[in-house]
Amino acid sequence: MHHEAPLVEIMGLTFNLSNILMITVASAIVFLIAVLATRNLSMVPTGMQNFMEWLMDFVKNIIKSNMDWKDGGRFHVLGLTIIMYIFVSNMLGLPFSFIVGDKLWWKSPTADPVITLTLAVMVVGLSHYYGVKLKGTKGYVKTFFQPMWLLFPLKLVEEFANTLTLGLRLFGNIYAGEVLLGLIASGLATGVIGNIVAAIPMMAWQAFSIFVGTIQAFIFTMLTMVYISHKVSSH
Amino acid sequence: MISGSTGGKAGKKARSRVESRIFIAGIPGRTLEGSESRVIDALVLGNIVEHLHLGDVLFQLFMFLILLALLKKFAWGPLMGVMKKREEYIANEIKAAEQSRSEAKNLLEEQRKLLKEAREQAQQMIENAKKQGEAQREEIISLAREEAERMKEQARMEIEQQRDKAVSAIREQVAALSVMIASKVIEKELTLEDQEKLINEYIKEAGEEQ
Repeated sequence: MHHEAPLVEIMGLTFNLSNILMITVASAIVFLIAVLATRNLSMVPTGMQNFMEWLMDFVKNIIKSNMDWKDGGRFHVLGLTIIMYIFVSNMLGLPFSFIVGDKLWWKSPTADPVITLTLAVMVVGLSHYYGVKLKGTKGYVKTFFQPMWLLFPLKLVEEFANTLTLGLRLFGNIYAGEVLLGLIASGLATGVIGNIVAAIPMMAWQAFSIFVGTIQAFIFTMLTMVYISHKVSSH
Repeated sequence: MISGSTGGKAGKKARSRVESRIFIAGIPGRTLEGSESRVIDALVLGNIVEHLHLGDVLFQLFMFLILLALLKKFAWGPLMGVMKKREEYIANEIKAAEQSRSEAKNLLEEQRKLLKEAREQAQQMIENAKKQGEAQREEIISLAREEAERMKEQARMEIEQQRDKAVSAIREQVAALSVMIASKVIEKELTLEDQEKLINEYIKEAGEEQ
């Protein structure tokens, strides 16, 4: 089940070419969807524009459920990009996977902990940045000692725990989905009868993975806004 | 968590075996080998640090930021603009509708007032006309009465005149008649001689006149 990753080292940095490929593909798909959907904008929305506007309102509601729109409006674009990027990434590994030789090329980019943790760290980093920017250094530091200073160690641990859980929850869900897909494909689907038998759990699991991928994209966006609101909102 | 400090190839192998034992603690005496152990490897958190491909991290960050910027410029920005424009448009429309509604209300009120005024005016005019008619009738009647009075007076005067005239005529005739009667009476008392004398006198007179 575990395939080697196509690793390349350039200037002391290790690149997993499969990740590079999939990140690029996911980004390109997200960009294409978004741009095609918003190409013919009109006052009376039709087709894909409806969907995009629904998505915008959806993310807007996520933000509004966590903080004032006055503070949260600036995260609208971030939330939209995150939810679309993660959703598309989660879906990429579902229909098939490419294995060339011993190397796994096509998979969900979010099935790699490095990627998900990168996103998680970015989000938490942003929450700290905006915490300082919006509340000032004093207000930002104060949040670590509220509601009482005894909680400071817990608050400190919380930051790391938040980051880790945010990244690993996404990774775990998607990776598990792909592992099981791979297991069904390689373990069950051998020979004609095997293929027929494997088709049913395969479809069931793919459907479930679509569900999980959607939920995870939503959860990641939701938690992003929750963490940011903890740092940003003024109470 | 298991520490992720880097070690040699052999160290890694040894550690993964330890981890494997930890993982399947419920099954004593069993160790994992080969690909099975590698699956577990990937699932153990410590390996993330060892597999930390900084290149991937940087690439992911870079791509995400690029994507964010591109989407903001080409997709979300315009879409938000349109949505905002629509919001404004709707707000404007509502405001305009509200305005025209109040305008219509004002106009209606005004029209109603005008209508009321016109009705009042008409009522007044009718009243005036009635009054005027009444006055005129009164005047005509009084004029007629006066005229009638005048005519009556005139007629009376005429009658008086006629009567006077008649009376005077009758008086004249009575005088003539009385003279005639008197002369008749006188004639009857005249003697033959006197008659003869008178006739002669007349004849004489007539002759003299001729």
